[in-house]
Amino acid sequence: MKHKSLLLAAAASTALFSSTAIAQENLAEAPCEGCAEEMTLVSWGGAYQQSQLKAYVEPYVAATGVKVSFDESSAEATAKLRAMNEAGNVTWDVVDVVASDAIRLCDEGLAAELDPATDLAEAPDGTSAEDDFGNLRVNECFIPQIVYSTTIGYRTDMVGDNPPTEICDIFDTEAYPGKRALQKRPIDNLEWATYCNGTPKEEIYEVLSTDEGVQAAFDKLSTIKDDVVWWTAGAETPQLLADGEVVMGSTFNGRLFSAIVEQDQPIGMMWDMQSFDLDGWIIPAGLEESRMKRAKHFLKFATDTQRLADQAKYISYGPARKSSAPLVGKHEELGIDMAPHMPTDPANAGNVHNYDYTWWADNRDDLDAKFQAWLAQ
Amino acid sequence: MSSSETLSVEEQLAAGQSDDGIVRAADGTPLKARLAKALRREKLRSFLMISPLLLFIVFSFLLPIGDMLFRSVENQIVQNTLPTVVEELERWDPASGELPDEETFAALAKDLKVAVEERIHTRLGSRLNYEESGFSGLFRTTGRAVKKMESGPYKAQFIEADKDWGELRTWVILDSFKAPYTSGYFLSAVDAENTAEGVQMKPENERIYLQLFMRTLWMSLAITFMCLLLGYPVAYLLAQLPARTSNLLMILVLLPFWTSLLVRTSAWKVLLQGQGVINDILVWIGIVDDASRLVLINNQLGTIIAMTHILLPFMILPLYSVMKTISPSYVRAAKSMGANDWTAFWKVYFPQSVPGIGAGAILVFILAIGYYITPALVGGTSGIFISNRIAFHISTSLNWGLAAALGAILLVLVLLLFYIYDKIVGIDNVKLG
Repeated sequence: MKHKSLLLAAAASTALFSSTAIAQENLAEAPCEGCAEEMTLVSWGGAYQQSQLKAYVEPYVAATGVKVSFDESSAEATAKLRAMNEAGNVTWDVVDVVASDAIRLCDEGLAAELDPATDLAEAPDGTSAEDDFGNLRVNECFIPQIVYSTTIGYRTDMVGDNPPTEICDIFDTEAYPGKRALQKRPIDNLEWATYCNGTPKEEIYEVLSTDEGVQAAFDKLSTIKDDVVWWTAGAETPQLLADGEVVMGSTFNGRLFSAIVEQDQPIGMMWDMQSFDLDGWIIPAGLEESRMKRAKHFLKFATDTQRLADQAKYISYGPARKSSAPLVGKHEELGIDMAPHMPTDPANAGNVHNYDYTWWADNRDDLDAKFQAWLAQ
Repeated sequence: MSSSETLSVEEQLAAGQSDDGIVRAADGTPLKARLAKALRREKLRSFLMISPLLLFIVFSFLLPIGDMLFRSVENQIVQNTLPTVVEELERWDPASGELPDEETFAALAKDLKVAVEERIHTRLGSRLNYEESGFSGLFRTTGRAVKKMESGPYKAQFIEADKDWGELRTWVILDSFKAPYTSGYFLSAVDAENTAEGVQMKPENERIYLQLFMRTLWMSLAITFMCLLLGYPVAYLLAQLPARTSNLLMILVLLPFWTSLLVRTSAWKVLLQGQGVINDILVWIGIVDDASRLVLINNQLGTIIAMTHILLPFMILPLYSVMKTISPSYVRAAKSMGANDWTAFWKVYFPQSVPGIGAGAILVFILAIGYYITPALVGGTSGIFISNRIAFHISTSLNWGLAAALGAILLVLVLLLFYIYDKIVGIDNVKLG
């Protein structure tokens, strides 16, 4: 079991804390009455969890002295939360999940509803949290942290002078022979296929709501079916690209960033029709009072404007608050400007695909069955 | 028959005549009764000794499995969330082609208000969404709207809130899933569904599970056969060599066994992929053209290769321990009577090693049928097993009812094969050493 326990002493990491000194009042120092002194956070592990650790978990521990265990089980969070809920013994306090999982958890009554007015911090200029997060709060349970995108990376040395510039190039096996890596799920793939069938962006979901539309999307995907390597873990595409197994492939933009910038691989990034998605926190339903208070106290601090901007120093995911964007600085170790690597940067966000969570919440079971059947044919 | 009764009869007999032919213990009680008593005590003692383990297995293994399997038919959520609606629907005939009456809609408003209060309406939505796309959203939007509904008539208000309430299909689904138990999950698990015209197969483009069950079975058989083919000579060699050499070889067999499953699987990825070690060597030698490298991974071949390697020790170890007990004098005797090497092996040695083959084959087959990590990593789309779908429904779609139904079918299949195996080979013919 991957289970990292960091029992950070309050005194030991005060040095870290000074680096994030800010003008805004420090919410971690706000009194927390009747709060539990221990807390279990759950996230995805890897570089992403590291960025959370540096940007707000360590500062929070330094300010409050709370004992924090940081679990790495987000990948199986929905199933585990349900099992814990049924057993009546929820051991997690704050859980990091993607937006679609948050919708499922909220629908199933496994995540607690939060009130943005009292549970979240205002922006420094006084904008309410509700407005600052805007429609990125996909439901009452979810507090978004980052905007990430699923986008395309390609081998610069395998495409010659003609690098792919638009999403439909993944369907062009003549210009770009070789395998392509796509995620083994209907989401994004069906939308891209529909878009490349000539459907305007705004009408994608309308078309996909019809049987003919779905069939047309599968037909489009069938044209490259023999050329696709299907991935399930975000690390697979960068590896396949690095090995020269595929000429291009979809993955999360942060994975491509580290392959290109940190590991210096011959990989290029194509942002066209990148699919925006969200990752954020939920608090499990049914926590006892003191733990709920602690979880909310932590979240208020961890999702304030400065903390979300801090996180971007460690990973190339865009902060979910509008007010955080101007505060995004340089990469902590490489010293490069992070803004141009954010999926939300205007230069990258020219043509984006806004993934419709609620539509997928309704249609996922059905389309997934069709997708799997299509794969098996 | 209670022993005390016997005893008293025999006591009477004993009082009557001393030479009755009954063997007695020192204190005069019949030896037979004493023996039975001692045996009973012995049995009780051994039962008490295994009882902690038994309790542990019952509570941590059998009960949870039973509970999980029960989910494949359990469907009380509709009745619990919408009790009045379910009652009202008793009066409604789905074949009538008309929507339920106003009273049913009023019941819906009443039940939903309670459900929204308890925040369980969306849970029902997710449940019904497994049967028909759109229920999830229907309950979410209606949940918001129902708070504002103060008085009737409700029918128009519901259709206003979401036009799906005006669709006959919505009510037919609700009606067909109102019972506390359902065969729906099992039907889905064999690519069928309940329609107005009875049970029918799903449309061609949604069928997947039967195909996966078949594939899981034949690939597991193929893997078992490959393990036997590769493992038998190795086990034979191990059994023939002197202890010093065979111990060294045994470590070579066990070493991969001690390595993490993920590491071994990932190693196969490096070896088998298009730009991988095996293809590179073949291209370098000139057997394979650079443009047409072999496709060894992300298909069934990849799964069979990687799983054969991973499960090989489970074949070799039982084979080895059985072969170790086969006395070399039998083969020597056969040869001394004129059998050639092959006949001596085939007629004398091989039949004695069959119990090891049986044990190894069962072990490998049963392990293979439930594997999902390796197929997921190297199987691509054509090399995945039914267990990959079970895992998906447990952890991603949260459709535990369907996962339980698939698991139950898999369990029954394994038991059935076990029974057939017992009939053909005989379970007595299995030996682990």
